[in-house]
Amino acid sequence: MSAAASRGSKPSKAKEAIVSTVERHTIAVLVDNEPGILARVVGLFSGRGYNIESLTVSETDAREHLSRITIVTRGTPMIIEQIKAQLDRLVPVHKVNDLTVGGPHVERELALIKVRGTGEKRVESLRIADIFRARAIDSTIDSFIFEMTGSLDKIDAFIKLMEPLGLIEVSRTGVVAIARGNQGL
Amino acid sequence: MAMKTTSAPTPDNTAAPAQDWTGSEIVLKALVEQGVDVIFGYPGGAVLPIYDALFQQNSIRHILVRQEGGAVHAAEGYARSTGKVGVVLVTSGPGATNAVTGLVDALMDSIPIVCLTGQVPTHLIGNDAFQEADTTGITRPCTKHNYLVKDITKLATTVHEAFHVARSGRPGPVVIDLPKDILVGRSPVYASPTGTARRSYNPRTEPDPRRIEEALDLMMKAKRPLFYGGGGIINSGPKASELYTQLVRATGFPSTLTLMGLGALPAADPLFLGMVGMHGTWESNHAMHDCDLMIAVGSRFDDRVTGKLTAFSPGSKKIHIDIDPSSINKNVRVDVPVVGDCGKVLAALLAGWKQRKAKADGKALAEWWKQIEQWRARDCLRYEKSDKIIKPQYALERLYALTKEREDVFITTEVGQHQMWAAQFYKFQKPNHWMTSGGLGTMGYGLPAAMGVQIAHPDALVIDVAGEASILMNIQELSTICQYRLPVKAFILNNQYMGMVRQWQELLHGGRYSESYMDSLPDFVKLAEAFHCVGLRATKPSEVDDVIKEMIKVKKPVVVDMVVDQAENCFPMIPSGAAHNEMLLGPADKQPKPAPKKPGGGPISEEGMVLV
Ligand SMILES: Cc1ncc(C[n+]2csc(CCOP(=O)(O)OP(=O)(O)O)c2C)c(N)n1
Ligand SMILES: [Mg+2]
Repeated sequence: MSAAASRGSKPSKAKEAIVSTVERHTIAVLVDNEPGILARVVGLFSGRGYNIESLTVSETDAREHLSRITIVTRGTPMIIEQIKAQLDRLVPVHKVNDLTVGGPHVERELALIKVRGTGEKRVESLRIADIFRARAIDSTIDSFIFEMTGSLDKIDAFIKLMEPLGLIEVSRTGVVAIARGNQGL
Repeated sequence: MAMKTTSAPTPDNTAAPAQDWTGSEIVLKALVEQGVDVIFGYPGGAVLPIYDALFQQNSIRHILVRQEGGAVHAAEGYARSTGKVGVVLVTSGPGATNAVTGLVDALMDSIPIVCLTGQVPTHLIGNDAFQEADTTGITRPCTKHNYLVKDITKLATTVHEAFHVARSGRPGPVVIDLPKDILVGRSPVYASPTGTARRSYNPRTEPDPRRIEEALDLMMKAKRPLFYGGGGIINSGPKASELYTQLVRATGFPSTLTLMGLGALPAADPLFLGMVGMHGTWESNHAMHDCDLMIAVGSRFDDRVTGKLTAFSPGSKKIHIDIDPSSINKNVRVDVPVVGDCGKVLAALLAGWKQRKAKADGKALAEWWKQIEQWRARDCLRYEKSDKIIKPQYALERLYALTKEREDVFITTEVGQHQMWAAQFYKFQKPNHWMTSGGLGTMGYGLPAAMGVQIAHPDALVIDVAGEASILMNIQELSTICQYRLPVKAFILNNQYMGMVRQWQELLHGGRYSESYMDSLPDFVKLAEAFHCVGLRATKPSEVDDVIKEMIKVKKPVVVDMVVDQAENCFPMIPSGAAHNEMLLGPADKQPKPAPKKPGGGPISEEGMVLV
């Protein structure tokens, strides 16, 4: 908060905050795994008009009953700061970490992609899957389900290529992310 | 849910280790350990076990309200006048939904409340059972936190945690939803409060010393400084108001206060500029606009205070002291954020100021005060006096004049013009004596809140400054007031209009008074009598003093029907969407007024029209 807060105080700063650019941030939140916690987080976003690009949640520490929520959101720096402060205010929230400002981190998503096709199209989809390191985890005479993990962009690119080859449907997990280096959240 | 009068075996708290308790007994035991001596509530099927347990003990007093909404406001009044947590007990379904407005009110104004709600038995949850409502779902965004207790062994610790959450950090309402099977079940597990908080919840109260230094640096350099104190000072406890007053005096800086902050600095202090914001004083709002250093203490840059954000205090550096990090940089970017409890931050600032032997920039400060005195000389609260018709401002001036000698006067309000006039004309000299619904603006708040204050301070003079429209929203509480012989005074400024609505319609909507006139109002004197209260009426200025004196003298609940000018408007006013220096003043102000923004247009811009 401090870095952003100690900016100069030109008369136009209020305006500047309003027109300033929208940024995409990936935020990791460590919470007590208890009933209603997801509703609290989601309700906070909808109630305050923040947007959620993706949200993933699962228990990550069974002994301590802790879950980790990864949220990808967009907003001006002022909104992003609000989102983090508001999340941190929830009683069952232990930690809020903005991976985007926290330094280098990795983001991955898993997708299942169903493609229908025969003949040359079928062969082509397999060929592309190979290049993208997507695995065929189910197949019928005229369809495949590919599984792939990767960055958002990579998955987007693969799906795009599958479109003309007979894309049927896609199921994606949303982003999970973790900071690089030897430190934990 | 037939009533049973046969007495159950009395719980024996001195018995041997083999003892167990019902869930209801555990709840009450935990409440007693939390220092609760009074609960505001209303019974129903799901909470009958608690009512049965209440019947069999003497530590906790139960105040039976007449509608659950009244219970929450009463608990708010109790909490705000004592600094303690207010406690509410309501049944499932409609009991809980009736409490929702009060919960949001407490959330917006950061009032510590614990609200126990009954719930259908665990195995019926989700079945649309009789009087089932998804209380935790409904109240999630209406509370600081809420709980559904599904395991009786966690009941006591949940109650203790709820109190801790309600009163610590930025205070707020907490709901505990209690299924009936938990209340009637038995358990040998009871845990006393441990004092250790939940791991994920530890609000920061101690400020970062570097921020204190930065704040002091700015304060020493300031040429046109201004303190802007809010409800956070009051919430921090009376000590914080003392420290605030000391700091303001040590620096010699002017101070304004928000609606919620009134009383943090004695109104009689010459350094006090009056309230800030939409109906704040000319001098406060101009000082906010023109200052070069704003020191926000427990205030939150609410839109009622800032007006048009892009024109808000354009030339100032801002220090913001708040216990809630999410309040900082929410609406307005600040230069020095200080996260911490107001009391602790003020103590650190005061110590630092003294240690540095700091002096304000004397010459600049004198210039600043000269400017402020010019604004003050405008006498912005002036109104046109009358000897025929009671001006609402006059009634309040007299109320203040005739009660100011007393130490124990508490003022609550409803919502509307009367609320703003009360804030302007009643001079609060100390904290915790003024309770008004600031954030939510809940009509119907004042009467039950006064009731709660009176429960906590049986001998005090507790006055609800009311509008005739608002008070009808919880008028049923006169029956509670009567039952407990509470000498609450309802001081109705009866203008037969939803005055504040009418004022906006006059200014914004071409004087089309759509549905703001109150026809068929009750005869408030007779209404008072029907509720076994004393009813008094004044219709002429010459009667005002006598009525007020009589109201104070009668040791009974009183309803005063002050028949006031129907057309009076509340000034100063910053029209919505306007800046602080675009304030409107009333007809008593004879200085030239600026021309409307567009030809034929009123004082409100198109941008402002969409604002509330
Ligand atoms: C529960 C609720 N409903 C509606 C409003 C909107 N509102 C604000 S002030 C007001 C009129 C209040 O009239 P009255 O109590 O007579 O006070 P006056 O302004 O006349 O002093 C209304 C309807 C509100 N604040 N609260
Ligand atoms: Mg009225």
